[in-house]
Amino acid sequence: MIAKPKHQRLVLVAIALVAMLAAVLLAMWGLRDRAAYFYTPADVVAGKAQPGQSIRLGGMVQKGSVQRLADGVTVRFVLTDGAAKVPVVFRGIVPDLFREGSGAIAEGSLESGGTFDATNILAKHDERYMPPQMGNQAAEHQTAKTVDR
Amino acid sequence: MIAETGLAALWLAASLSLLQLVLGFVPAISKSGSGPIRAVAVLQGVLTLFSFAMLLLVFATTDLSVSLVAENSHSAKPWLYKIAGTWGNHEGSMLLWVTVLGVSGAALAIFSRRLEERTFIAALAAQGALALGFFIFLLFASNPFARLNPPAFEGRGLNPILQDPGLAFHPPTLYLGYVGLSVAFSLAVGALITGKVDRELARAMRPWVLGAWIFLTLGITAGSYWAYYDLGWGGWWFWDPVENASLMPWLAATALLHSLNVLAARDSLRAWTVMLAMIAFSMSMVGTFLVRSGVLTSVHAFAVDPKRGVFLLILLAFYVGAALLLFALRSGKLSEGPEFELLSREAALVGNNLLLSVILGVVFIGTLYPLFVEALTGAKLSVGAPYFNAVVGPIALALMALITIGPLLNWRQDSGERLKRLAIPALLGVTAFVVLLIAVPQDGLLAKLGFGFAVALFPASLLPLLGRKLRRTPLTTYAMVLAHFGVATAVAGMSISSLTTSETLIAAKPGEIVSVGRWSIRFDSIRPVVGPNWTALEATLYATRGGAIETLKPQARFYTDPPTETTQSAILTTLNGQLYTVVGQQVGDRWQLRLWWKPMVTLIWLGGFLIAIGGALALIGRAWRGWRRGSVR
Repeated sequence: MIAKPKHQRLVLVAIALVAMLAAVLLAMWGLRDRAAYFYTPADVVAGKAQPGQSIRLGGMVQKGSVQRLADGVTVRFVLTDGAAKVPVVFRGIVPDLFREGSGAIAEGSLESGGTFDATNILAKHDERYMPPQMGNQAAEHQTAKTVDR
Repeated sequence: MIAETGLAALWLAASLSLLQLVLGFVPAISKSGSGPIRAVAVLQGVLTLFSFAMLLLVFATTDLSVSLVAENSHSAKPWLYKIAGTWGNHEGSMLLWVTVLGVSGAALAIFSRRLEERTFIAALAAQGALALGFFIFLLFASNPFARLNPPAFEGRGLNPILQDPGLAFHPPTLYLGYVGLSVAFSLAVGALITGKVDRELARAMRPWVLGAWIFLTLGITAGSYWAYYDLGWGGWWFWDPVENASLMPWLAATALLHSLNVLAARDSLRAWTVMLAMIAFSMSMVGTFLVRSGVLTSVHAFAVDPKRGVFLLILLAFYVGAALLLFALRSGKLSEGPEFELLSREAALVGNNLLLSVILGVVFIGTLYPLFVEALTGAKLSVGAPYFNAVVGPIALALMALITIGPLLNWRQDSGERLKRLAIPALLGVTAFVVLLIAVPQDGLLAKLGFGFAVALFPASLLPLLGRKLRRTPLTTYAMVLAHFGVATAVAGMSISSLTTSETLIAAKPGEIVSVGRWSIRFDSIRPVVGPNWTALEATLYATRGGAIETLKPQARFYTDPPTETTQSAILTTLNGQLYTVVGQQVGDRWQLRLWWKPMVTLIWLGGFLIAIGGALALIGRAWRGWRRGSVR
């Protein structure tokens, strides 16, 4: 690439533009199926979320619905938004702020049977942290904790 | 009185920043040299620092008539958190931000002597303009010194997640990096105004970028470790928007650091370097907007006030827009530097810059995409690790390959002769990859490739020292070698820990024995303990893998002000990894335990630390060379 100065600058500019375009295309490709959309129980019951698709489900933990399984680390509960209910199963340590009657966000995917298989639970934060998400109904403890496998 | 003194100093500093801006644009002053504007910049920095000291004092004495203290502090807090709590809230952390901005400007005024005078004056004026905007933001939308009448009886306390020694270290370090980049921005603006983009500019800018970059690297590394042990999730990077907010300026600064070397050594890449300098600090401002505006939810977003978000957005749009406009108007006038060939150090560094820019681009898009979608359609979504790992991973691998090759190339043109030395490292890398492919059956191709590249880079990063007289090799070469070695270290740690971590999640009775990896752990007992402003249930675990018996004491803590429960992990560090333990909730007569064995995970932060030390060596090496050159003259 022995080029006259003017020529070389053009080549560099062209390379830079191609790189930026590549970044945008790459990002769009990545976002197409890797962005997790936020759904309410009503959305899920209405069939808006595909089974297996990675989503976030937000609602209130229904009173009296939390039950621990015999292994001591799996918990089942129901998330509700008043209009609809979705059963959730989660294996792990629930966050400190996870309580019946409080807001929570479950990350994971729907099983074909209609149960939501959560890989992570985010619970309502205290009153100092009022994020826009869920219309101040619930807040995240921190955004996604996703184990990369 | 202390609060009022602090506020008065802040107002004075703000007026001085306006004066600094004006002085830069009055030609008559330029004729009389840079003396006046230097003095103003120094005074402005000193006043800002004074104001910050006043806020520290108010927090140290827990003056509950100051509303910020009443809302975020508590008289019963340990003294370390009283002090560090100064920046554990929105207003205080913005004041810290502006303090670093003012002090950077003052330091620029004091230490920068080599730059052409007109460029220097314009740069100081730009620094004044930046400061002015953020002073206005502080004074009108985030006054840290506002009084509370009547004073509170007791403060509301600091978020317990923030009550950790990390708070004393992590934000100031990160801010020194974030805001230190403002000097690069101002110098670029100054150089564009005068049209003097040359080697002198690169040499004047380099120490500032290096310094900021060292602090950013340390801040990110420390923040990653803090999140790792404090949250009890066992992860070291979550692609949280707030983490990305610190990563983006780091990516830009890393690219800038390398292109500055091209500009300083070869006088090439003029327009590009100036552009990068402006992008780097713009990313710092984007990060500040993301974290401080409240558009994101996180432990970092202290409280939401839409007014602040809009204010910050306007500031951001103004500064970035003005910089881009200036670039569009002036960059065409910059003459072209000397050319270089496709196989040369310059070309490799251009490649480095492009790959870093592409990573920056995809992180930027991924971080902001949810905000755009929500603003446009109202749909809520989150972009997390699946996106970032899949998109950033492959580009990062290409970058690893370039790090392996680039340092072996000559400036301007290269025959490729020295690349033959890469045969053995490449062979080692491929072998490591193949071994992993066979030995570790589960997927994780990216991590396996990453480890292969890291194994190749370990010896390859040392090759620039091959055949040189080690005592006569400049410090800056050692700096590069060490930083690249650090990259290999960090990537090796990331790959191995993500491929071979073992995890056990169980509900156990005291007396039971649990195993994770090769460790066998006896859950001895659980009993209450009391701290200064918390109580906890503390588990006692005895861990062994054949040798000595180690004790771990993870806790579930309960803070009273504000009432919060947190998990306090207990970590055992060994030579080949970390045993990470968390105690969860009580289930009947059993307790939830979460145990991880994470081989080689410590290499991640060791690598980050080596990279930062490499930066420090480069800074010392440049200063030493400059000093010697000066004394010879």
